[in-house]
Amino acid sequence: MTTRVDAWLAAAIDDAERRGLPELKPLLEALARSTAALRAADEATSSAPGDTHER
Amino acid sequence: MNAEPDLRRIAEVGPLIRDGRLSPVELVRHCLAQIDSRPEINAFITRTGDRALEEARALDAEIRAGRYRGPLHGIPIAVKDLIDVAGTPTTSGSAVPARHPTTDAPSVVTLRAAGAIIVGKTNLHEFAFGTTSEESAFGPVRNPYDVSRSAGGSSGGSAAALAAGMCFGALGTDTGGSIRIPSAACGTVGLKPTLDEISCEGVVPLSTTCDHLGPMARSVADVALLYQVLKGAAPAPPQRSNEKLRFGVPRPYFCDRLDSGTRDALDRATAALRAAGHSVEDVEIAHAARTPDVYLHIVLPEASQYHAPALERFAANYCPGVRVRLEMGRYVLAEDYVRAMRLRTMLTAAVDRALANLDALFLPALPIAAPPLGASTVDLGGSPEPVRAAMLRLTQLFNLTGHPSIALPCSQTIDPLPRGIQLVGQRLATERLLEIGATVEVELTEITG
Repeated sequence: MTTRVDAWLAAAIDDAERRGLPELKPLLEALARSTAALRAADEATSSAPGDTHER
Repeated sequence: MNAEPDLRRIAEVGPLIRDGRLSPVELVRHCLAQIDSRPEINAFITRTGDRALEEARALDAEIRAGRYRGPLHGIPIAVKDLIDVAGTPTTSGSAVPARHPTTDAPSVVTLRAAGAIIVGKTNLHEFAFGTTSEESAFGPVRNPYDVSRSAGGSSGGSAAALAAGMCFGALGTDTGGSIRIPSAACGTVGLKPTLDEISCEGVVPLSTTCDHLGPMARSVADVALLYQVLKGAAPAPPQRSNEKLRFGVPRPYFCDRLDSGTRDALDRATAALRAAGHSVEDVEIAHAARTPDVYLHIVLPEASQYHAPALERFAANYCPGVRVRLEMGRYVLAEDYVRAMRLRTMLTAAVDRALANLDALFLPALPIAAPPLGASTVDLGGSPEPVRAAMLRLTQLFNLTGHPSIALPCSQTIDPLPRGIQLVGQRLATERLLEIGATVEVELTEITG
């Protein structure tokens, strides 16, 4: 089961705020965009026949 | 140096030392005077002048006794303060408590055995986690060409020290371009060898799978001498051949966004190589535009993993920008790290394919001139880009793939700031890359005039 990027981002921002690091929010949002691009590139180049997992 | 004040290269002063015409003591004093004469550059964190002079006197005595160790005998060298030198703190440019090594890193042991003299530890971007050398607990490194500008980073102190004549060679580290970026910004030469070719033992890590240690100097021949000694090989100048070389310029992605001075430098260098009879063709590296995403998902978690204990205890000691990047790395998921490592293998194969019928890739080392200190964005091809992303853009791929790469200066006619060209060779063929670099250096010197 792959963790969805939007769910991961929401949890990461909550955790950063809980830890007193609200300044991380824009960086985590940028990281989330990069993670989505990474996953898209991986999917586009991956040879996993029959792979129906959510990405 | 009384006798030959214009000598700037190891290959020039080495024979004078060997022949007893120049004393290592005189050479060390010259470098220490240069360090003291330009404190505003802030190139050094620790100056080891007393020990350097003591060693110089001993090496002078060896020469007089007929014992010559080789071309690094009595040569003043600077060491990035991320690398252990016994008896000096390894600060990593940070207010986080330093480590206090009692032994030299193997690279330093090797250089000392060859007769090199360590004149000091150079300033850097904190923990090598940045490209401008301005986030340092010891203050920013300033560019000798324009002190309002960055020296590049993270090995900014090493490059600035070379450009200002404070040493004849230097050690740097390169995880995304940290040897090549400051070399380009300061008009010096820097080599990132093949991945894992030179030991990173005794070096504070940033990313254990992307870190490289390499030499910096003021010529390809000098970098080659240092590289050969670090490799444990007999030092000898790289042999230029008369063969006509085949270069590939990876234009998509790498040359899409360059400032006008860098584009001019690339055009002039390309013309000079063609005029000398070499071939220069356009090539494409498949998936290159994915490089920043892959790099981010590998380097961030690797750096965060190393720093996790110190982040818990000394968070307030970190420079704010470095701290938040390290904190960000704690949130990268393992599954995305694995994806990035898989894509890294694909990128490595893509660079191998691009190099298949070439002697080297040929591209700028940095898409811009050294940026002003304090700048958060730079203009890149007509649109703003974060400084860090812009500066890493042309170098970080080859940290992922491990191909050897060398940055060397290239003149341009747009402004007075240095620009650097980068050559990338086949993996495990660093010697060959240095031979190609020696040829290119001569061709580029022709256009420098």
